[in-house]
Amino acid sequence: MSTTVDTATGIRPFKVEFEEEQVDDLRRRIAATRWPTKEVDPSQGVQLAMLRALADYWTNEYDFGRIEQRLNALPQFTTEIDGLDIHFIHVESQHDDALPILITHGWPGSVIEMLELIGPLTDPTAHGGSAADAFHVIIPSIPGYGFSSEPTEPGWGSARIGQAWAELMSRIGYSQYVAQGGDQGAGVTDAMGRQAPDGLLGVHFNFLDAVPRELLMAALNLRLAFSHDDREQLSKVIGVFMRGYIAEMGEHPQTIGYPLLDSPIGLAAWMLDHDADSYEKISGAFLEGDVSGNLTRDHVLDNITLYWLTGTGASTSRLYWETGRGATAAFKDPPPHVRLPVAYTVFPDELFQAPRHWVKHAYHNLIYFNEAEKGGHFAAWEEPEIFAGELRAAFRSLRDEGSSS
Amino acid sequence: MSATGVAAGTEIRPFTVEVPQAELEDLRRRIAATRWPERETVDDQSQGVQLATIQELARYWAEEYDFGRVEARLNALPNFMTEIDGLDIHFIHVRSPHENALPVIITHGWPGSIVEMLNVIGPLSDPTAHGGDAADAFDVVVPSIPGYGFSEKPSTTGWDPVQIARAWIELMGRLGYERYVAQGGDWGAQITDTMGAEAPSELLGIHSNMPGTVPPAISKILASRVLGAGDPPPTGLSAEEQRAYDRLDFLYTKGLGYSIEMGHRPQTLYGLSDSPVALAAWMLDHDARSLEDIASAFAGNPVGNLTRDEVLDNITMTWVTNTGMSSGRLYAENTLGFFDVKDVKVAAAISVFPNELYQAPRSWAEQAYPKLIYFNEVDKGNHFAAWQEPDIFVNELRAAFETLR
Repeated sequence: MSTTVDTATGIRPFKVEFEEEQVDDLRRRIAATRWPTKEVDPSQGVQLAMLRALADYWTNEYDFGRIEQRLNALPQFTTEIDGLDIHFIHVESQHDDALPILITHGWPGSVIEMLELIGPLTDPTAHGGSAADAFHVIIPSIPGYGFSSEPTEPGWGSARIGQAWAELMSRIGYSQYVAQGGDQGAGVTDAMGRQAPDGLLGVHFNFLDAVPRELLMAALNLRLAFSHDDREQLSKVIGVFMRGYIAEMGEHPQTIGYPLLDSPIGLAAWMLDHDADSYEKISGAFLEGDVSGNLTRDHVLDNITLYWLTGTGASTSRLYWETGRGATAAFKDPPPHVRLPVAYTVFPDELFQAPRHWVKHAYHNLIYFNEAEKGGHFAAWEEPEIFAGELRAAFRSLRDEGSSS
Repeated sequence: MSATGVAAGTEIRPFTVEVPQAELEDLRRRIAATRWPERETVDDQSQGVQLATIQELARYWAEEYDFGRVEARLNALPNFMTEIDGLDIHFIHVRSPHENALPVIITHGWPGSIVEMLNVIGPLSDPTAHGGDAADAFDVVVPSIPGYGFSEKPSTTGWDPVQIARAWIELMGRLGYERYVAQGGDWGAQITDTMGAEAPSELLGIHSNMPGTVPPAISKILASRVLGAGDPPPTGLSAEEQRAYDRLDFLYTKGLGYSIEMGHRPQTLYGLSDSPVALAAWMLDHDARSLEDIASAFAGNPVGNLTRDEVLDNITMTWVTNTGMSSGRLYAENTLGFFDVKDVKVAAAISVFPNELYQAPRSWAEQAYPKLIYFNEVDKGNHFAAWQEPDIFVNELRAAFETLR
């Protein structure tokens, strides 16, 4: 599905092309879904009525050409790094002195999450910002996700992806840049912060992946004295770790890979059950026509359809297996601290709202901390304008330093 | 599948399994149309059910397996239905030709079913035809747990092991048994232990092949380690206790993904209803040792009675009854600690199988079951003891209950 010119470390233009037959097969499979009985209690997972509404919209109203149109409207490339073809979107700002930013998505996300962010970041003057806030935007697909190739050997955890990203930025020719991530993207960005490759000026997170060992230990021991807020957030952290999808994908991604490859509805349900807030919002979009921000039915289905058509249910899950191993290793042998400047935005509907002192504990050089007014786990996707505003504010102080150093 | 008989209050109706041909054809079509993920990135089972194993299973299932087996095997036995607490309960009931046979109710677990027990019914009920003594005879009752096999699927919450145990007591009463024993492993062990805790006067004793013996202090440490950190391991354990602890620690930190998912979000596993191969993989991935044995069967080397056909009988029955999800809901209903002490008051017998999830030490068993009448460690058998080693299992039951006759 790519237009390729073979050159080892070269950067090749890329276009998305899905075969008609793939789409027909998907449509057939959705129509042939064999359904389970209705949930016994709404707490038990993705509700039958919601998923049936999604299936109905997916087959009858959704435009299967959307992904091709949306992605091919942007400059896309692939380049081979560390033996894998890495797919990325690269949009240069028309403004001189724009700051290059590398944005890493997470699971169950993809580059799709970031598409509405590109305009406000690269072309701020057209989106209520000033030319001084402009970014060049690079959005890669994590190995095993979307159009990046799938690792065939273990070892592609956050650290190795971080190294690949540094190589990518250098290959594109950026000598000074910043990096951003939430979810698994926060893990990759955290790893880059610790690796501190040449040219990386600072990082921004919308998720605290670097929950320090002490914090995790504390989370298991709630009887210790913490503030009310700490205790509330700690119990949310525990809740995250107790989500079955993390446990299952962390242990046996291959086993859950089978339904994710063979059943579109199995895939959709698994992807929608990420967290209670985003599930409720997406469910509202399908059942009540009540859309939260940019989390529309079409946007949600773009992402699910991308996972289906690229057949990446198992390979995306494997990242949890890799990060699980990485976390275990980091407990025994902690990586170096992040000394680079760190910016952090708390979104009110994120899995947990990391208190400032947690973030400060994890990242000593905290240059920016703000609580945004709206948005959940998929902040960039749901509230692109707010998210862009956060990135502008977060990195403002690094622009001058960057140009003077 | 349909019930032949008259529906009415507390009546016991004969039941015959009838699987429509169209359903089996649909199953075959789906297996053939499976869309596969790529191979796992490791050379062992550490990422779950390996592609080669499940592809061989699918090949055998579609090309060689006799789809009439489930119907034929079940209909060769007396099957019944009776409504308890608003649900139709399916059970096999084989009366011994010998007088004074001891009635035993045997409860399966997940991902098992009554299929696990089919090979022990003959030797238990008709010992003289199977190298035993008339004095060893049992009347055998093998019910399907609500939501499993041909028992009805609960449509309301509340069907936890406690309610099921009470239903079983009602069932045995309805069959007219005034003195009986109970047996179980996995969920069956939880249900059987609960019957032992309820201790109706008719219940003479229980036998478990997965007893709940873990002392509360140890149980607390194990739970704290689920997230990869937690309390330090216990000290001062005997060699047997240490072995049990190590096995449970492995299970709690590396082997509970499926159970955490089904415990919290069973309704998200839509793939189990829609994809036969997904269902098969999910059911194979119960624990490392049984997966190894089943993988070995599909590589041409079955271990004990765990043959390809036996494994596929269980999966096929789960598919045709569409109970992949409803069976998983039991994990969400449960509030008991799986390996915890359940306050069993009646006489208890324990058989320890070497490849069970953990090997209960005698010291713990004596504390957990105040009336321990039998404790034996056998030399073969995994989590599916009755299924894999029916002869050993039968001998254990005969020996376990000898003193209660």
